[in-house]
Amino acid sequence: MNAITVNGREHEFDDSMLDKKLLKYLREDLELTGTKNGCNVGACGSCTVLIDNVAKKSCVVPLSKVVGKSVTTIEGVEQADGSLHPLQQAFIDAGAVQCGFCTPGMIMKGLDLMSKNPNPDRDEIRKAFNGNLCRCTGYQQIVDAVDLYVQRQN
Amino acid sequence: MVDSEKKVFRNDDVSKVTGRAKYADDYTFHGMIHAVPVYTDSVHAEIISIDTTEAETIEGVRKVLTWRDVPGLPAFGQIEKDLYIFAKDKIRYHGDVVALVVADTREIAIEASKSVQVELKELTPVLDQEKALGDNANLVHEQFKDNKVAHHHVRRGDAEGTFPQCDLIVEHEFRTSFVEHAYIEPECAFANPRTDGVIELYGTFQHPFSTRRFVSAFLKRQFADFDVYSHPVGGSFGGKDDTISAIASRAALAASILKVPVKILYDREWSFRESYKRNPYIMRYKYGLSKDGKILAINSYMLSESGAVTSTTPWSTWRSTAQCAGPYQVDNVHTDVIGVATNNVFTGAMRGFGTPQVNFAIEQMMDICAEELDIDPIEFRRINMVRQGCETITGQKLDGHKVSMEEVMDKILAESDYIENVKRNSRGQSDDDEFYGTGMAISYRGSSVGAEGLDFAACIINCQFDGSIILDTGIHENGQGSQSAMMLALAKEFDVPLSRIKYNRSSTTSIPDSGTTVATRGTMMGISAVKKASITLKKTIRDTLCDDFQCDPEDIRFEGDRLVAGSYKLSWEEAMHKMFLHRTYPFAFGEYKAPRVSWNDDIGVGDAYFTYVYSCNVVELSVNRKTGKVKLIRVTAGHDIGSAINEGMVKGQIYGGIAQGTGMALTENLIIEDGKILNPNFNKYKIPKASDIPEINAFIIENEDLSTPSGVKGIGEPATELIAAAIANAVYNATGKRQYSLPIKLEGEK
Repeated sequence: MNAITVNGREHEFDDSMLDKKLLKYLREDLELTGTKNGCNVGACGSCTVLIDNVAKKSCVVPLSKVVGKSVTTIEGVEQADGSLHPLQQAFIDAGAVQCGFCTPGMIMKGLDLMSKNPNPDRDEIRKAFNGNLCRCTGYQQIVDAVDLYVQRQN
Repeated sequence: MVDSEKKVFRNDDVSKVTGRAKYADDYTFHGMIHAVPVYTDSVHAEIISIDTTEAETIEGVRKVLTWRDVPGLPAFGQIEKDLYIFAKDKIRYHGDVVALVVADTREIAIEASKSVQVELKELTPVLDQEKALGDNANLVHEQFKDNKVAHHHVRRGDAEGTFPQCDLIVEHEFRTSFVEHAYIEPECAFANPRTDGVIELYGTFQHPFSTRRFVSAFLKRQFADFDVYSHPVGGSFGGKDDTISAIASRAALAASILKVPVKILYDREWSFRESYKRNPYIMRYKYGLSKDGKILAINSYMLSESGAVTSTTPWSTWRSTAQCAGPYQVDNVHTDVIGVATNNVFTGAMRGFGTPQVNFAIEQMMDICAEELDIDPIEFRRINMVRQGCETITGQKLDGHKVSMEEVMDKILAESDYIENVKRNSRGQSDDDEFYGTGMAISYRGSSVGAEGLDFAACIINCQFDGSIILDTGIHENGQGSQSAMMLALAKEFDVPLSRIKYNRSSTTSIPDSGTTVATRGTMMGISAVKKASITLKKTIRDTLCDDFQCDPEDIRFEGDRLVAGSYKLSWEEAMHKMFLHRTYPFAFGEYKAPRVSWNDDIGVGDAYFTYVYSCNVVELSVNRKTGKVKLIRVTAGHDIGSAINEGMVKGQIYGGIAQGTGMALTENLIIEDGKILNPNFNKYKIPKASDIPEINAFIIENEDLSTPSGVKGIGEPATELIAAAIANAVYNATGKRQYSLPIKLEGEK
């Protein structure tokens, strides 16, 4: 059996699953449906999760690549007491949510950016999100949200 | 942004930032099975036979459905009945579905779909709308002679007789292309047969009531036999109507035959292949001008490609017709707009609905004509623009609302520093590699569906014994924030906190059909219905409680979460308790009927819309002379929307509209060869990414509009209808090269 940690919980799967994509495993086997499938080719970013704290597009990652690793999905972002992560709150306060389908992926990508560059300017924020497509917001309020989070952290 | 700027309310934000919001594919039911469509590789062919025998023998396959299994109409549609649930006699486009494979798992269904055998006799494909029009030897649908599915016109004054008297004639042809909606959530529908005979439907439905009409027609069952739920939808922009309704009908058919829940989930490639797009236009414009800058006459002739299904082309072409001259007064107009059937992917409603195309032509014509007349393009617009009390090209007097075209234009010109920036336009001359250009466009847009159809909406306010309130309207949430806007309006009416109000998860059985969530009508029509219901509810409460207050009913005021008259006060909870003790429900139904509009299609005259939104976009950009790459620097956008209910969401609509229009202008190129889409996913069809969109300064101009009780006019479509035109003008000002077709592709210097 192979082990994977998802949102702090360990799961096991057998070798027949090694080719299965992480996104399908999360949605179908673990019933974690917060991670979305928009394109299935790694182009839209709706399926973004953190693998060992690095943002990856789970629709193109086979389970064989995450054996023994730790995965965080949108369901694992809230704090232990059930309160929102400050980045989630910033998305709300900045009006960065419309249809919401890209939002989980955006938040995961935002967390990845914060771990790499805690003080990005607006151009750097935009560049970081270039692999995450949104059709509703024109990105402005998503950039605002990250910007707001950074201001609040400082 | 700074913290104090946040001015936004959404009732669904926590669920969406935590991933708990459930979209169509997030639902699953016990015993649920899966189905997938079967296509052919043809775009125009006679169907000789469909053989499902082999597919049905595969282990795990429950059934393969074709047109033979359909109890109701073989084809249906919003206007013409020509969208087939399953192709029957002919294949008409690459997205035509010949069969549905239903199996225990989606994987088995996909595998089995390869075993469905279809024998075809190929026909000559009709792929070019100019050649298609009048080609009666090659008809896409027998019932549409000349391959013509719509024809509207305006005949005002005498354009042909006026041209010889003009000082200057300017003529140009403009073309726009297919545009994919590119909602990030692809189509999904599932049907659950209930034990009471009702089929429940969940799915990516823009308008549950519209979907119900399709399902009912195909299954030959009454409306009440279906319960179509509204739940989070991952974007729509006009695009989740006809196609998803056909998909839902297939799921419902399979569920009704097999008596188990059936889900159909689409791959992105299937979504691109089967779902409708924005109509491509070919537009020939001829302007007759006086040397002092007056537009004396316009002749325009437009073809709008409908593709293989009529869908809403007769309505979108009508909007193109009514708005064919832009926000200008012209006494002599001769316009024909023709919808043309081809074997390409069909076209239908998409945000803007026939105006992003015409605005691309009109607002470039304004700059071109001004330059040829040697008049400042702003001044040229000022000379001709619509003003208070004037008559539109369809003979409508604009007097029921504030005609703020000039106010909006001046505001945005000032905010964008346009007058200063035009002096920096490179016009193809630059000391370095970057050309600079700024461009602008203005528009007016009729609100709601206008003379296209019936326009009314319903609201239910259902107050509970404990003071909580359940609100429902027949307007549907597609992510734009309609539920939040309705809640804000209701909270304001009774001056109660938003926390009291829950928006009912609506369905087609909870409230009357309130028309489709289209045409930028949701907020305007829905809030008008909320206000009508509020009037009724206030009267009920006042009449019931005035004895307790010992005052006249009309003296009771709703303020500060209380009912107040003189020195007597009741908290909202106490008031609701008392209503129940009086055995009177604090419940109200409200319906709002839009003001009358009119249209005479013979002569193209009428009061097309009951009010108009006035808009202006200014864009600054650079063009790299070596690569030809266009980079947007800044966009300034302003719209007179009456009044803003939820400011943050209004701005969100503006930002998103600009981004979609930018995609149409610069990045989105749907490659179709022989009727087949060659780039059916986001890795090859490029919608704008974050770095493609510049900082946008959005301005909301508020001249309260009392055309409806809501005071608002809506923003969804005005936000996206003029940026492509502004970009084209800016590219000209940067390079000196006029852009006649979309998307704009510039050659770099070799």
